[in-house]
Amino acid sequence: MVYEERNTWVGLIVSVIAMTVYVIVVLRQAAGGPLTDVVWWPIMLWTIGLSIVGSIAISILWGILAGMRDPDGVGKSDMRDRDIARMGSRVGQAFMVIAGLGVIVLCAFEADWFWIANTMFFGFFLTAFLGGIASVIAYRRGIV
Amino acid sequence: MVKPTRVTNSIRALREVAGLTQVELAKRIGVTRQTLIAIEQGRYSPSLELAFQIARVFGVGLDDVFQYPQAES
Repeated sequence: MVYEERNTWVGLIVSVIAMTVYVIVVLRQAAGGPLTDVVWWPIMLWTIGLSIVGSIAISILWGILAGMRDPDGVGKSDMRDRDIARMGSRVGQAFMVIAGLGVIVLCAFEADWFWIANTMFFGFFLTAFLGGIASVIAYRRGIV
Repeated sequence: MVKPTRVTNSIRALREVAGLTQVELAKRIGVTRQTLIAIEQGRYSPSLELAFQIARVFGVGLDDVFQYPQAES
């Protein structure tokens, strides 16, 4: 597995874990009550912060382990990596646009801030997750 | 999901004739071994520049490395 593919896998795994943990924490804080009563922003910021730190840490650890087996391949990327990254971004970007439009609609209807922020947050997740899935498939099955 | 390419190539055969390993050829054209494997197996279409680099390593023309089927008439 090449360096960039490892990073794609890390992003994918971390985004799924982060979103799952976020949803669980928010639901537990709501404790069956209305979700709009939850103080969502510290949870969201912690989730984003820990995701970034977690991604970096896992990438470094995985890189060290992979480097022991294949020292020549450490940190190397080439045009296929760039092509796959571009394709993955294009796939993910569509969902960011959909989330952005959702936010505009929610603002128009003066929805609670909880729903506005979480729609955007879910858009970030979908962008990372589906872009990552598309990239992983391209690494495994090819991009022509 | 992935649209298959109709381009085929003779990289593996040329490589074996030249006595080059995948690692050696990948190093000479500046890509990872995984990218070379993907090109050999038709899972990645290289850029025109990379295609020329591959042909140059073997000292042959582009047509000797990459083939495209004739259009059916």
